[in-house]
Amino acid sequence: MIATKPLKIVLLAIAMLFTFVQISYSQEPEVEHASEKQTEKEFSASDLINHHIADSHEFHLFNWNGVSYSMPLPIILYTDNGLVTFLSSEFHHDNNGEVVVEKKGQKFVRIHDNIFYADKIHDGHAEALDYSVRPLNFSITKLVFSMLLSVVILFLIFTAVAKSYKLNNGAPKGIAGFMEPLILFVRDDIAIPNIGKKNYAKYMPYLLSIFFFIWINNLIGLIPFFPFSANLTGNIAFTFVLASFTFLITTFSGNKYYWKHILMPPVPKALYPIMVPIEIIGMLTKPFALMIRLFANIAAGHIIILSLVSLIFIFKTVAVSPISGAFVIFMSMLEMLVAALQAYVFTLLSALFIGQAVADDHH
Amino acid sequence: MNFVAPESLIFWTTIIFLAFFFLLKKLAWKPILNAVKEREDSINDALLSAEKARLEMLNLKADNERILKEARAERDAMMKDAKEIKDKLISEARDEAKKQSSKLIEQAKFTIENEKQAAIVELKNQVAELSISIAEKVIKEELSSKEKQLKVIGDMLKDVKLN
Repeated sequence: MIATKPLKIVLLAIAMLFTFVQISYSQEPEVEHASEKQTEKEFSASDLINHHIADSHEFHLFNWNGVSYSMPLPIILYTDNGLVTFLSSEFHHDNNGEVVVEKKGQKFVRIHDNIFYADKIHDGHAEALDYSVRPLNFSITKLVFSMLLSVVILFLIFTAVAKSYKLNNGAPKGIAGFMEPLILFVRDDIAIPNIGKKNYAKYMPYLLSIFFFIWINNLIGLIPFFPFSANLTGNIAFTFVLASFTFLITTFSGNKYYWKHILMPPVPKALYPIMVPIEIIGMLTKPFALMIRLFANIAAGHIIILSLVSLIFIFKTVAVSPISGAFVIFMSMLEMLVAALQAYVFTLLSALFIGQAVADDHH
Repeated sequence: MNFVAPESLIFWTTIIFLAFFFLLKKLAWKPILNAVKEREDSINDALLSAEKARLEMLNLKADNERILKEARAERDAMMKDAKEIKDKLISEARDEAKKQSSKLIEQAKFTIENEKQAAIVELKNQVAELSISIAEKVIKEELSSKEKQLKVIGDMLKDVKLN
């Protein structure tokens, strides 16, 4: 009985999370359309910010003499006729559905960085999440590219650290000396106090992975030039996946006390119809909060910095730049703190939830 | 906010994170955590054995001190004995010397006394002889009259000084 219940709960949780994500996705694009129409030539801070915050099929490098230069990224579509792949440069920077790319007898257009079937949409209007008018998209987007970059960096750093331990049995040297305090911090201040000495070792690889993965991606997002600057950790789809991992690990690590507490809480039986659903919702709200917290913090940081930069263009005077520059520097410093802090909070709360799931009965 | 292909990001995040997790778990986290743990254990061991060695050293030091103290006491005792022996020897020698010297002095005194007595006897003998010879002369010259004889003997005796 206990074996099948977690599975159902997991499915339910995933379904619920997806509903939320879809709602928020489908609401947003309309706002964007509206703002874009008003400001054809005029500078629009919200356009700039939205464009930066969102994912993209190409990595914008710079503008030169009114020409935009970007690094094209591969587009991978799962269409009605199977997999279709081509480079995003085939759209020639078009984002309004004007350039049609024909592959495998199908026509594709790009509108606001989403790729649609050209013959299924009308007058340039399409919902980003309307899967009847667009193929499933598994492209290597800007955010995926940035994520790959971060993984390569982390891989290089930590294999170097591991190697240095192989060569040196004494005090840590070089990069190991730099990374070891962080690793010990995750172990001694996050894992052991929250999960307990008995069980913590099993979860250390996950906590370390998630801590460094989030941290480096937060930092990469703060560097304002290619190949960095992508707003990966401020994307809710990304934080959704990470929070789901924590949720799955928590759920599958749950011992009998954990499940007993949820399904048979220590209250009078008459209260079960209220308490059990509340406990089950409680299981889901924890990772949900993880997802929102990371996404909102990082996205907000990017929005604030870009807004401050936009002030110069809104006031159309370079005289604002010292003030706006000073604020940007201040915010960037703050965001560097937030980058580490949010990685810490995510890891800490993951450890806390896992710790609750594996804790021995203390009633 | 413009959402671009969320299924793409969800798909790739899952794949990339899992790959990253399993790769690093095998290649980095496990070796690093094991190495750190081993080092911590070895440091703890080293500290423990150092503490043990320190205690042993302390014991050894106490032993050394005890031995040293004993040795010192022994030396003191030996010194004391030696001093006693020396004092005894010196006083014995002194006593002996005193005895010897007093004996010599005694002998010397005795000899001197003897010599003196002998000298006195000799002197007495000579005085007697002298007296006899004088008496002979007196007798020879003055035996004519009895009063004369007596007067001569008396005068002669007055002239001779004893000693």
